[in-house]
Amino acid sequence: MNETALALDIAGLSKRFDRPAVDRLDLKVAGGELYALLGPNGAGKTTILRMVAGLLQPDAGTISVFGIDAKRRPVEAKQLIAWVSDEPMVYDRLSPLEYLEFVAGLWGIEARTAERRSRELVDWLGLGEVANQMCGGFSKGMLQKVALAGALVHEPRLIMLDEPLTGLDAGSARQVKDVLKAKVAGGVTVIMTTHILEVAERMAERIGVISRGRLIAQGTLAELSETAGRSGTTLEDIFLELVARDESEDKTDLESPAA
Amino acid sequence: MTAAPASLVWFARHELGLFWRDFVAMMTAGRPRRAAVLVVVLAIIVAVAHLMAHALIAPWAASGIAEDKPTLVMLSGGGVLFFTLMLSQAMESVTRAYYARADLDLILSSPASARRLFAVRTSAIAVTTMALAFLLAGPAINILVVESGARWLAAFGVLAALSALATGLSVLITVALFNTVGPRRTRLIAQVAAAVVGAGFIIGIQAAAIVSYGSWSRLGILQSDWLVGMAPGAESPLWLPARAAMGEAGALMAVMAVGFGILAAVVVATSSSFGRHAVAAAGVGVGQTRRVATARPFRATSVKAALRRKEWLLIRRDPWLVSQTLMQVLYLIPPALMLWLNFGQAAGAFVVVVPVIVMASGQLAGGLAWLAVSGEDAHDLIVSAPVTARTVLVAKIESVLVAVAIVAGPLIVAMGFVSLPMAAVTAAGVVLASGSATTIQLWFRAQAKRSMFRRRQTSSRAATISEAFASIMWAGTAALAAAGSPVGLLPALIAVGVLGIAFVIRPRESF
Repeated sequence: MNETALALDIAGLSKRFDRPAVDRLDLKVAGGELYALLGPNGAGKTTILRMVAGLLQPDAGTISVFGIDAKRRPVEAKQLIAWVSDEPMVYDRLSPLEYLEFVAGLWGIEARTAERRSRELVDWLGLGEVANQMCGGFSKGMLQKVALAGALVHEPRLIMLDEPLTGLDAGSARQVKDVLKAKVAGGVTVIMTTHILEVAERMAERIGVISRGRLIAQGTLAELSETAGRSGTTLEDIFLELVARDESEDKTDLESPAA
Repeated sequence: MTAAPASLVWFARHELGLFWRDFVAMMTAGRPRRAAVLVVVLAIIVAVAHLMAHALIAPWAASGIAEDKPTLVMLSGGGVLFFTLMLSQAMESVTRAYYARADLDLILSSPASARRLFAVRTSAIAVTTMALAFLLAGPAINILVVESGARWLAAFGVLAALSALATGLSVLITVALFNTVGPRRTRLIAQVAAAVVGAGFIIGIQAAAIVSYGSWSRLGILQSDWLVGMAPGAESPLWLPARAAMGEAGALMAVMAVGFGILAAVVVATSSSFGRHAVAAAGVGVGQTRRVATARPFRATSVKAALRRKEWLLIRRDPWLVSQTLMQVLYLIPPALMLWLNFGQAAGAFVVVVPVIVMASGQLAGGLAWLAVSGEDAHDLIVSAPVTARTVLVAKIESVLVAVAIVAGPLIVAMGFVSLPMAAVTAAGVVLASGSATTIQLWFRAQAKRSMFRRRQTSSRAATISEAFASIMWAGTAALAAAGSPVGLLPALIAVGVLGIAFVIRPRESF
C-alpha cells in the first residue's frame, strides 16, 4: 500500500472504558478504497470510527487522516471527514434542505455552492418531493438518506458510516449502496461497519475483522479465507472461524499460568 | 408473600421496584458519596425552609390563631394557590402516563389488565403529588405544629386529600380532552394547561405581593378587610378544608372523603378507557400530514450564525418549547402590569418588580441553555464538524442570551424611563442570573434529545437546584440593591457559593 496515499493511518490506538474497547490497533486504509469493518457486538468497531471522527478521545495511539494528525489538528482533519451514525443525526423540525444548509454552514461551504449541491443530492437520493417538509415523521430510510446527504454536501474525502444499512428497506438500501459505490468510483474513501456480511462481501475491496478491540485479520475475501484456512467458503464461515479462534486464544491466555 | 401475576398488588410491587431503582440511580449516579453530599444539601435546604417558615409564621402564631373569618380566608386563599401547583404537577404526570411508551407497549400487548395498571399508576401520581405538597408545605405546617399545637398535623391530611382530588381532576381533564380534541392535540393542550395552571401559583403569589406592597407579608391581600368582607360567613362549607387543616375532625373526614372519593370514582369510571386512549396516543404521528417549511434560497452565513439560527428555528417550531418559554414570560406579566399602572410614579414601588424580572430571566436562560447545550438532537454531527468546541459553545450561549435580552430588554428599558439606577440594577441582576444559569447548564451538560426537555429537571437534580438557588439569590441581591440595602451583598455571596458548589460537584467530562 502506498503510504503517501493513505486516507486513514491508525497506529497503536487504544481506548478503555470498563474494559479495553480498542486495544493497540493498527489500521491503514488507502485513498479511494471501500473498507468494511466487521466484528461481533461490542468488538470496538464503532469506537474506532468515533475516535477518528473526533467524537471520542483516544487513550493512546495516533490517527492520521490524509496525512493530517487528527489529534493535534482536529479541525483540519474533520474538514475532510463525514461521519454517518447508525442513528440518523437529523432534526425533526428542519426540512432536508434546511438541514443541508445548516450542515454546509458548519463546514463553511459557500451558500450558492451549498444550495446547488443540496438540490442535486436530494434529487439523487429521491428526497425531492419531501425536500421542504420537516423531517419529523420521516421513515428510518428517509432519515438515513437525509443524514447521508448531509455527509456528502461538503464533499468529504473520507466517509465513515456506522451500520448504514440497518433498518432500511430493500429499495433504500440499494440507493445507499449505489451512492457509496459512486463516491468510491469518484475517488472518495469509504469505511463502514456492518453486520450484514453479504454487503461487506459484495461491496468492500478489503475487509477488516475486529475482535475484542483488535484487528485480528484483514484483506480481500480471498486473503481472509486463506488466513482462516477455509478456502471456498462464505465470508460468514470465515468470519465466524476467525472470531471463534480469537476467543479461544483469549481463553487459553487466561487459563495459562503466565496469564 | 407472593402476589398473583398481573394483579393489582403485583403491578404495584413492580412499579414500586422500578421507582426505587430510578430514585437510587438518580440520587447516587453510581457514586455513594454523591448521595451523601445530596443528603447534606437537602438537609440544609430543609433547615433553611423551616427557618423561613418560622420567620413568616411565628409572629402570626404568637398573636394567637383564632378560628375566625380572616384566618379562614387566608388559609383558604393560600390553599387555592397551592392547589394550582398540585393540579399542574398531577396534570403533567397524568399526560405522561398516557403518552410515555417505555413499557406501555409491552404491557398493553400482554393479556394483563390495563385497568389495574392504570389504577396503580394513577395512585402513584397521587402519591408523588402528595410528596411534592408535603415537601413544599411541610416546613410551614411543622412550624404551626410547634408554635400552635398538634391539631395542625391535620393539615397533612388535607394535603393528601387535595393531592387525590388534583389527580382525579387531572385524569378527568385528560380523558375529556381525548374525547373532545383527540389524542394528537391532547398532549400539547394538557401540558400547556398544566404549565399555565402551575404558573397561576407563581403569578398569584406575585399578584398578592404586588397588591400588598407596603405590608411586610407577601399574602397581605388575603388579610384585607375588603376580601374578608366579600367572603361568605364562617359557617360556609367553603371553609371546610381550612377548618380541617386547623384540626376539626369532622371537617377533615369530609375533606378526605371528598378527595379520595373523587379519585376512586374517577379511576373506576375511566380505567376501562385507559388502554384505548393509550393505544390511540401511541398512534399519534403515524400517517400524520407533515409540516412544510417555507422554501427559500440558502443564506451566506458564518458557522456561529448557522448555529444560532438553527437554535432559534428549532425553538420557534416546537409548540411545546415555545409554550414553556412563554411561561417564563407569563411570570413577567404582573410586574409588567405594575410598571404600566405606576409609570411615572415613585420608583420605590418597583423594588417588588426587580427580583421577578431577574428570577424569570435566570429560569428562562436555564431552560434555553439546556436546550442549546444539552438538548442537541444531532450531537455527533456538531462534534464531528470542523469547528472548535469553543466556537460551538460561544454560538449557543449567544443564542440563549439574545433570547433572554429580547424578553427582559423591553421591561428594563421601560424601567429606565422611571429610574435609571433601578434599571441598571435590574440589568445587572438579569446578566448575573442568566449568566449563572447558563454556566451551570454548561458544567452539567449532558447528551440528550430535545424531547427530553420536560424531564431536564429530573436528569440532574444538582443542576436544577443550583440553577434555582442561584437565580433566587441574584433576585434577592437585585431586590436588596434596588432598595438600597447593603445586606444585598449576603445573597450575592451565597449565589457565588452556590456556583462554587456546582463547579465542585459538576460531572467530569468523558471527553
